[in-house]
Amino acid sequence: MAPKSDLQPRLVLTGITKRYPSVVANDGVSLSVQPGEIHAVLGENGAGKSTLMKVIYGVTKPDSGTIRWNGQYETITAPAQARRMGIGMVFQHFSLFETLTVWENIALALDERVAPAKLAAKITEVSEKYGLPIDPYRLVHSMSVGERQRVEIVRCLLQEPKLLIMDEPTSVLTPQAVLILFETLRRLASEGCSILYISHKLDEIRALCDSATVLRGGRVSGTAIPKNETNDSLARMMIGGELAECHLDPRETGEVRLELEGLSLTTPDPFGTSLRDISLIVKSGEILGIAGVSGNGQKELMAALSGERLSARGAMIRLLGQPVGHLNPAERRSIGLTFVPEERLGRGAVPPMSLAQNALLTGARKGMVAQGVIRPPAMRSFSKSVIERFKVKCGGEQSAASSLSGGNLQKYIVGRETMLQPKMMIVAQPTWGVDVGAAQLIRQALIDLRNQGVALLVISEELDELFTISDRLAVLAEGRLSPSVLPAETSIEQIGIWMSGKFGAETGRAAAATDAIMETARA
Amino acid sequence: MLRLERRASPSAVMRIASPMVAALAMIVTGFLLFTALGKDPIEAFYVFFVKPLSSTYGIGELLLKTTPLLLCGLGLALGFRANVWNIGAEGQLTMGAIAGGGLALWFGDSESAWAMPLMLLFGVLGGMAWAAIPAFLRTRFNTNEILVTLMLVYIAQLALSWLVHGPWRDPEGHNFPQSHGFGDAETMEILIEGTRTTWGIVYAVVLALAAWIFSQNTYAGFRMLVAGLAPAAAAYAGFSEKRNIWIALLISGATAGLAGICEVAGPIGRLQQEISPGYGFAAIIVAWIGRLHPIGVVFGALLMSLLYLGGESAQMGMSLPSAITGLFQGLLLFYLLAADLFITFRLKRVVVADGTEPKPTAAVKRAA
Repeated sequence: MAPKSDLQPRLVLTGITKRYPSVVANDGVSLSVQPGEIHAVLGENGAGKSTLMKVIYGVTKPDSGTIRWNGQYETITAPAQARRMGIGMVFQHFSLFETLTVWENIALALDERVAPAKLAAKITEVSEKYGLPIDPYRLVHSMSVGERQRVEIVRCLLQEPKLLIMDEPTSVLTPQAVLILFETLRRLASEGCSILYISHKLDEIRALCDSATVLRGGRVSGTAIPKNETNDSLARMMIGGELAECHLDPRETGEVRLELEGLSLTTPDPFGTSLRDISLIVKSGEILGIAGVSGNGQKELMAALSGERLSARGAMIRLLGQPVGHLNPAERRSIGLTFVPEERLGRGAVPPMSLAQNALLTGARKGMVAQGVIRPPAMRSFSKSVIERFKVKCGGEQSAASSLSGGNLQKYIVGRETMLQPKMMIVAQPTWGVDVGAAQLIRQALIDLRNQGVALLVISEELDELFTISDRLAVLAEGRLSPSVLPAETSIEQIGIWMSGKFGAETGRAAAATDAIMETARA
Repeated sequence: MLRLERRASPSAVMRIASPMVAALAMIVTGFLLFTALGKDPIEAFYVFFVKPLSSTYGIGELLLKTTPLLLCGLGLALGFRANVWNIGAEGQLTMGAIAGGGLALWFGDSESAWAMPLMLLFGVLGGMAWAAIPAFLRTRFNTNEILVTLMLVYIAQLALSWLVHGPWRDPEGHNFPQSHGFGDAETMEILIEGTRTTWGIVYAVVLALAAWIFSQNTYAGFRMLVAGLAPAAAAYAGFSEKRNIWIALLISGATAGLAGICEVAGPIGRLQQEISPGYGFAAIIVAWIGRLHPIGVVFGALLMSLLYLGGESAQMGMSLPSAITGLFQGLLLFYLLAADLFITFRLKRVVVADGTEPKPTAAVKRAA
């Protein structure tokens, strides 16, 4: 139900169908966008949102269906053509050259030549007009993710688009940056630019969008005016059922399982983030959530905790009271640590190997190896039980890891690490790219572990998620860790401010002090 | 029009078929080549691929040349699967020959029953020691093992050359750069009467089975496989990268060293300047033809051995230059790499639209 308008629709899709060898990505999808309308395309991962956008942007050619642009039937065969027509797209994963400046990056993407000075002036003008100030002469590698997104948006705006496609734009932004982005989008819309906004975040869609088309399994499962809907009703359209909820019942914590004391680690990666003076404790039976935008030391913290990078002083990291900074991942595992990396294919799992073989990757101690010889029956039965308990959709334990969807593989990896019966578990981005149903299952599994007395540390970009499952919350920004707080005693705004690195210089000490206070408060 | 398109998943059929396609393409190209040289291609084919196998002696020669190719190929295949690129098997082979052969010279004409087992052991240790150098440099200083192993080939060959020109030269050898012939107890027994085939082929086949079991059934083999397929996953699981490099290089050094001693204590019977017509390098092709699988390597080694024999036979029977062997090896590898593209890609016919379809129903105009 698009808002009434005298003008003819800017874009009308009718019966768009796109089949891939194994899946029908879009099945007769129709959609209409008015000039100046912010139109949400909502759906779980794999619902066909991205394919549909690629069809509009000329990246993918549909098998059937029509596209009408300002009333004219059009065949869009290439992104360059789409841009000429006035369609711009900001991708979820940026395509910027880190060693080039902003204007150089933009010049590369323009279809026509523009003099550098003129282009720079234009970039400054457009970026300020829409409240997205950027310096055209800055090198991209020195910019935060939010700033990089601005470059991508400004790049589109320079071409004065009539339709702007935004693919999951907020997944990399702090809450404050999200508000700025929304301002920009509203201003664009008020000037008559139509916006297709792809997301699975229901709050954002209700706050921003005029109308919504919901996709499920490649088909349109409904249309709605988001302001008139609730999260539950939108979620029902999206997943076709009720959304289960996670509950975190208060619980006594036990002994300290993981302790970091003044952990500092310089990164060898020129574009990495060095860890600075990080102190924290995680106790048995609690989940410590670490918020923050990726690229602020998340990867480095994970590597330091897992043992993929060793620390100079072993005692900076203590696992169950034992200094482990100098131990490799296998040795830390043998003490009772398991971990789920944010990269699933290629790190958490070996892509061409079967699920059973992937069980052996970390499960050698669970009877899968005897005297150096591997025992396939043990591998199979272990992976079967993971598949069963975590409802992993796959062709059985002999399917290759690479044949699973991202969400199912994540369920398998979380399941595997869970069933290794850890004492301490570290999880990075547990539900990245995972659909709502699977995300719920994974979160519940983490909470179940906590209830069994396991200590958990969860690094995530999803604030809602962290507020749901964390006993305590801290923020990692620019390689430093904020003090930890109880979710009930903080707010999204507070965490957002911390995410931009504003939480005082004496962080490490402060965090330790806060932890101590928290401890006395609970006792 | 045809277009390359990535397959949804790598083709298992192509993985097996690719070496056969490559061998066939090699033969077809050979046909054209012989025709261009004014030779009767049918006769050339016979001389190259059939004649060498038409006698017991010929079969024996096939097995004899298969031995070093198979031994080197096995070690290399294990290493390649683990992402360790030892291309210096030729040098490790030479060093194995020097170590084992040196011991044989020390034994002289002794009848000791210990001579042969110790020589084999020294050969293995010599190859391992030579491979330990790149392993140390890689794990300690992060040097590139491809370069180091390759450069060490020339050092090993020059060392052998110096030995047979200098300290180990046979004084009664009419100034030829070669050592004394080895004694009877220092020469390997003939396996098949009427041929030159030694027990080396038996060791090689047993090792192929052992390598199969190792990579299929042991945790150590699994760790090496993971290191090759997904290095980040190996790091995540805590499999030591250094250990992987050491094991891969030591195994391939050991098998290459064994190949070296089997050559000098077998058909050659002494140390001399030239002990291998590039078996260590040809073994790289053998490993790939064999799909880096121990049993595949057996077939790869047989094929490569036949190319060596065919080349010799063509030189003698048709007065073709000796470069013919290298040419066929090159063709084989070239076609194999080309055919391997179709494991992950396929050709797809693209229909060129004639543009007469009505627009509304054809939102898709295929790119010409």
